[in-house]
Amino acid sequence: MEYYLHLVLNGLVIGSIYSLVALGFVIIYKATKVVNFAQGELVMFGAYICFALTVQMGLPFLVSFFMTLIFSVVLGICLERVVLRPMIGEPIISVIMVTVGLSTVLKAVIQLFWGTQVRVYPQVLPSESVWILGLPVAPVYIAAFCLSVVLFIIFSLFFKYSTMGIAMRATAFDQQAAQSMGIGVKNIFAMSWCIAAVVSSIGGIILGNINGITPQLGHLGLKVFPAVILGGLDSLLGAAVGGLIIGILENVSDGVAQQFFGLAGFREVAAYFILVIILMIKPYGLFGTHEIERV
Amino acid sequence: MRGKCGLFFTSYARESQILHTGFQKSSMALFFLVLLLAPFFLSSYQVSLLCMINIAVIGAVSLNLLTGSCGQISLGHGAFIGVGAYATGICTLSGWPFLPALLIGGATTALVGMIFGIPSLRLKGIYLAIATLAAQLILVYIFLRWTSLTGGATGMGLDPPIILGYSFDTDQKMFYLTLVFSILAVLMVKNILRTKSGRAFVAIRDFHLSAESVGINLFRYKLQAFGVSSFLAGIAGGLWAHYTMYITPEQFEIGLSIQYLAMIIIGGLGSVIGSVFGAIFLTLLPEVLGVLANIMSGFFPNISTYFLAMRDGIFGLILVLFLIFEPDGLARRWQLAKSYFKLHPFAH
Repeated sequence: MEYYLHLVLNGLVIGSIYSLVALGFVIIYKATKVVNFAQGELVMFGAYICFALTVQMGLPFLVSFFMTLIFSVVLGICLERVVLRPMIGEPIISVIMVTVGLSTVLKAVIQLFWGTQVRVYPQVLPSESVWILGLPVAPVYIAAFCLSVVLFIIFSLFFKYSTMGIAMRATAFDQQAAQSMGIGVKNIFAMSWCIAAVVSSIGGIILGNINGITPQLGHLGLKVFPAVILGGLDSLLGAAVGGLIIGILENVSDGVAQQFFGLAGFREVAAYFILVIILMIKPYGLFGTHEIERV
Repeated sequence: MRGKCGLFFTSYARESQILHTGFQKSSMALFFLVLLLAPFFLSSYQVSLLCMINIAVIGAVSLNLLTGSCGQISLGHGAFIGVGAYATGICTLSGWPFLPALLIGGATTALVGMIFGIPSLRLKGIYLAIATLAAQLILVYIFLRWTSLTGGATGMGLDPPIILGYSFDTDQKMFYLTLVFSILAVLMVKNILRTKSGRAFVAIRDFHLSAESVGINLFRYKLQAFGVSSFLAGIAGGLWAHYTMYITPEQFEIGLSIQYLAMIIIGGLGSVIGSVFGAIFLTLLPEVLGVLANIMSGFFPNISTYFLAMRDGIFGLILVLFLIFEPDGLARRWQLAKSYFKLHPFAH
């Protein structure tokens, strides 16, 4: 029993990272209908920038944290302006492939600057574990979980009450109508990429504090898909809940596969099996908008 | 016809011919003559590149039928090629002759492709892309873990193909074999696009609702597109497996799917000749970059440590630049070049 409790707890932590990355993904999808395959690379980029500032330039962690956020804003604007804007009105396959190309380029840039070895952050939080439900949990994990919850609440409020947030929702709903109401749709697009880049780099920094960072982290971007499909592609709540559920299911099914079937490494694909099942029975996810087509 | 300029068709049969004019026919014949003689002049390494191009052409043309012409986005093509490679390999290892094994490989892949194509009735666009992404990752996991069948991470060693006692054990011989298959594949796709099925595919891509309302059975044709495309992917996989004589699961990871998608985008979506261009372009790109890196190494001695990252980065960059500046790919450039020479002294 304790074994499973441990699995669930671990899954919750991994899941909260998935939620953060999924949040960035959903914000972009919601406003611009762009499916971002470079989400994992955005995570990595933030992590590496923060690493460069703290370790290689020796800045205090908090300073470099905020500088990374500023950098992410700039990166988000640049990506939207240079790469994504020419893609408006192109078929889905082109938009997907442009983000795939982007992810390759970002990964290559990271490898050029930082190589392929694992980079470890300096210890920021105390390393003594806290006991929860009779199990030891490192404070980094708790920080990760709390930070994702806080970010999720902030963005939910932002979308619900701020003018910018409402404008973004309007753009997502109907671009033409939003434009005729005086909303600058292009600014909204840039804004959503900024937010996504910022959220992703926060996720990256947390990950760096947990396990260290390698260019392989980009695979995390693919794990986002099960999470957002489960939650519904255009729902913030869905991203948060979906990420957590996928994290837990992945860990538990991995444990089960290892214990009962002797299957190693099931963790890597468990999420995609879940994904296929969701697509078969409920393609619009838990909280997604159901598209209805009438002829 | 004298006194008129341009091409005039007086019947539908003539309009749908693949090669219209005598000039096209003779230049095509010349091209194949050069291609057939090429192995006698090129080094063994260059011929091996030609073999890889032939195999890539089969893969690209089949993906272009599914994604470019029928509009069904597949991120799982690399894994489908892997299914063909493993199925063919398993058949030949258990004593089957090469050609039947290749056909079985193709048929198995077609079956797998159709199973993963079933969701395409309900799922469109991004949802289908994600479903095929899941197929890709799950299939590679199966290659890796079904050790008794695939050899797992250690891979599977194979012999060169033997047809009727004749062994294709050199690059030269392999070149002719793969060339035959790639010509057959290109002709097959080109001909499918001229039939009712091909027109149905294009109609589905352009707008599925109006396609259905003019009486096209969406499910049947989508499944057919998945089947034909996966069959050819399986053939490409079987040839690749027996050409490299060693297959491991890493060869068929998502990078391969992305590479094939890049081929059809750089070549031109929905264009058969574009797939050929894309396959040539992306097979030769790493070689050209390698040569460039060699030249540059005189100035930057440690360039080789960065070479792998730079190669991937340049691949991504070219993909992005093509999508932004030439979304219709090399096929359109080819058209423009042809019409430039056709109209040469005059601009229009």
